[in-house]
Amino acid sequence: MNQKAILYLALLAFGIAVPFMFPAYKLQISIMWILVVLSLTWDVQGGQMGYNTFGNIMFFGLGMYICSSFQIGIFFPLAEWTASGGEKTFIHTPTQFFQGFFIGIIFAGIIPALVAAIIGYGILGLRGHYFAICTLGLAIAAGELAGGIELVGAGQGMTSPPWPKNIGDTELRSEFFYYICFVLMISTFLFLRWAYTTRFGLVLNAIRDNEDKAEAMGINTMRYKISGWVVSAFFVGIAGGLMGNMIGYIEPVETAFAGRTFGVFMVVMAILGGKGTLWGPVIGAIAFHIFKEGFWTFFLGWQYVALGALIVIVVIFFPEGIMGWLREKYPDRFGEVIDEEDRKAQVELK
Amino acid sequence: MGAILQVDQVYKYFGGVKANENISMTVTQGSITGLIGPNGSGKTTLFNSIVGTHPIDKGSIKFEDKEVSALPVPAVAKLGLLRTFQQTRIYGKLNCIDNMRISAKPSRDNLFSVFSAIPNELNDKAEHLLSFVGLYQKRKLRAGDLSFGQQKLLELAMALMNEPKMLLLDEPTAGINPTLINGIINRLIKVNEEFGITLLVIEHNMRVIMSLAQHIFCLAHGQLIANGKPEQIKKDQRVIDAYLGVQ
Repeated sequence: MNQKAILYLALLAFGIAVPFMFPAYKLQISIMWILVVLSLTWDVQGGQMGYNTFGNIMFFGLGMYICSSFQIGIFFPLAEWTASGGEKTFIHTPTQFFQGFFIGIIFAGIIPALVAAIIGYGILGLRGHYFAICTLGLAIAAGELAGGIELVGAGQGMTSPPWPKNIGDTELRSEFFYYICFVLMISTFLFLRWAYTTRFGLVLNAIRDNEDKAEAMGINTMRYKISGWVVSAFFVGIAGGLMGNMIGYIEPVETAFAGRTFGVFMVVMAILGGKGTLWGPVIGAIAFHIFKEGFWTFFLGWQYVALGALIVIVVIFFPEGIMGWLREKYPDRFGEVIDEEDRKAQVELK
Repeated sequence: MGAILQVDQVYKYFGGVKANENISMTVTQGSITGLIGPNGSGKTTLFNSIVGTHPIDKGSIKFEDKEVSALPVPAVAKLGLLRTFQQTRIYGKLNCIDNMRISAKPSRDNLFSVFSAIPNELNDKAEHLLSFVGLYQKRKLRAGDLSFGQQKLLELAMALMNEPKMLLLDEPTAGINPTLINGIINRLIKVNEEFGITLLVIEHNMRVIMSLAQHIFCLAHGQLIANGKPEQIKKDQRVIDAYLGVQ
């Protein structure tokens, strides 16, 4: 067995064992896996494709609303639920809860993916700063829009269905969500790990390095850009759906379309770990989460100062992130070597 | 041999600037054709018009008897009409092998082939072509770390990887050291003879273009002022005037 397989198995074992090893930190580590998903999927655009987006948070909020709306709407009248704080009047049976959750999560992935395809078709023709600003506007608009829709509670927000009372305590609830988050993180990681080995990955990198050249070589870049955004939106949407259930309460600007928190975090995490690498966003998300929780716990009140300082330090001293810094330092470990041994069929230089 | 590319009375204005005016030229299948002219005479504009970077104002451009003047860049490239750039364009953060692998024409190209695997056979072909341009030893380095001349060679290899029918080369020897220029001339001739690729070459180095091309077109001030065999062009008074100025 090689080193890589051992590493993967060790991480897998750690992930599975967390609820038993650190029962007090289950929720924190669930959120960490969500952050890894956000960071990995942001990197599809920001790192691999070179399109800095501030709009991925849009799919997070969308997934959150859609998941809960489906969970509630297929069993009870949604409008009454949101108007009355419906969890008091309508109670999901365990079967209803899990059925609803399953259906909700599926749509929380599919609908944002469709939205990404449609919006992407419209705006992925923009490049560079124009794309970034456009996505930023869309994300803010999405929050404002959601805050205007009565059906989902408008500015007051809505509650997601509470865990059914008659099947175990809150411990079981957090274990359940922990493992769903873990599975989502693993699926996202494995999917992207595979996708980056296919034509998709190479074309994304080609677009990042020189989009005009890619087009001149006959590549339909739009198709790949949209596919990339659809993939991101799918996983981010599911992450949003899960997050809504874990928090239990959806507020349009603070939790769902949370551009100031998660929307910024996903960018910082990917840059901290190393844009455009597979492991960079994972390492970045974990490091960031530990840093963030440390500050939130011990230096409450200064946490945003610390966060700002972290961003400045990363941008000035590690613009390529942890992985990028390692690659600069040890290029040969990353396969960048001059091959002294010549090919036998070397064509004579005349 | 018939014509592979027919440019017929093409006009391209940028506002008041007449970049191309009434340009007509024919490139014979399997030939090496030269395109010369002083700086700013409209050579690169003509290239851009041919591959579809910008629409033309008037005229027609036919590639293998198919009108291409209204097609977008990737569609023209898929027909087998490829160009290289004056300032090299390579994928700087990818290594040379990946630059090559992504340049190959995929066997299927539709929505469902976005996540298709890249066949292993391509590695062999990529390595072969990289050794053809003398970059085999550097194949695992990032393309952005190569020197300018090496990047030009890489760009040529990438174009060959795509197996085009015709290649438009924008100053293939600019910025390359004189000893390597002969190597490039030999390779271009080889590309033309062995791979059967028609070449249309913009070049400022007269020694290069005279020894390479069978037929030369000369532009000045956006207009075609002369065309003919290299020996004729060398002696043509209009060409000499355009380059050196009329006394």
